[in-house]
Amino acid sequence: MVYILNLISISIIPIIISIILIHGYLKGIDLYDAFVDGAKEGFKTSIRIMPYLIAIFVAIGIFKRSGAMDIMVSFFGPLAKFLSIPKEVIPLIIMRPISGSGSLAVVKDIITTYGPDSFVGRVASTMMGSAETIFYTMAVYFGAVGIKDGRYTLKAALLSHLAAVIASVIVCRLMFF
Amino acid sequence: MINYIWFFLIFIGIIVSIINGNIDSINAVVIEDTQEAVKFAISLTGIMAVWLGLMNIANKSGLINIFSKILKPITKLLFPELPQNHPAISAIIMNMVTNMFGAGNSATALGIKAMEEMNKLNVDKKKATNAMCMFLVINMSSIQLVPLTVLKIRADAGSLNPTEIIGTSLIATTISTLVGIISVKIFQLRG
Repeated sequence: MVYILNLISISIIPIIISIILIHGYLKGIDLYDAFVDGAKEGFKTSIRIMPYLIAIFVAIGIFKRSGAMDIMVSFFGPLAKFLSIPKEVIPLIIMRPISGSGSLAVVKDIITTYGPDSFVGRVASTMMGSAETIFYTMAVYFGAVGIKDGRYTLKAALLSHLAAVIASVIVCRLMFF
Repeated sequence: MINYIWFFLIFIGIIVSIINGNIDSINAVVIEDTQEAVKFAISLTGIMAVWLGLMNIANKSGLINIFSKILKPITKLLFPELPQNHPAISAIIMNMVTNMFGAGNSATALGIKAMEEMNKLNVDKKKATNAMCMFLVINMSSIQLVPLTVLKIRADAGSLNPTEIIGTSLIATTISTLVGIISVKIFQLRG
């Protein structure tokens, strides 16, 4: 099963590339020129987003390594208890919107401590597969086009994150109990 | 908004590091994490160039028009203010597809392209449009078909059935994406 899924995942990009190239070839497009023309834009963009990346990496790095993240985790403990979310996954809930690599480390930690097939392990795996890094994505995407006012984006994203958390717990409870 | 969050993260972090007595960790961040950021941006250059090159081919050959037509009912509902033949739509669609299959950096490259195209239609360049907010929320609540990294961690940890969480993840991620879309629509109505 893992093998088949892995195969699908690794073939999707080659498939997309082949479709684009074959379709372009059949339509008589000058593939090489069109590719190079488009590719030029890539450089401008990545240089432009660099300052935004540095800004967000520094802020998140300081917050994480100072230990402030751990304090935030213990602060949210009671709330999670109230929502009947297992307290072992609280670090993940806090970390997920902030840092992708950080939350991956937390999932790894939860899974090795409690076992992949424990309830907590399954909830953590489900959460990891159903959420994204909000702050980083916002910084990069809005930064890339110089948007300062994201309006209600953060609120909506956090609501959706909360929904992912609650749904993960409920679905795992229904499926694995 | 990002102004406050940015300040809050750094300010609280420095205070906590003073209390914890690990103020040297801040120095490590300044040296190491900034390098990470630059490395990431540079590694993104190659992948962005590839996808933007391929998208240019797909645009010229009309392939993107075909896809846009098929997905028109969905994109029209989610992004009513975008013209349906606009290049933003094709970048959005390709970002969603690559996101679903967990092709991280490719998705980022296409997402940035989508934002650039949407910004061309933006009147107030400092302020996000409804379409941008919708796109970002969908992107951040990303429906992921195969959470590969999680499967790998589970398999490495000796799970009897590493893939059993695909179903639960799919349900949870669908719910979170729907909640995201509905929240955006409600916030839009409130102005």
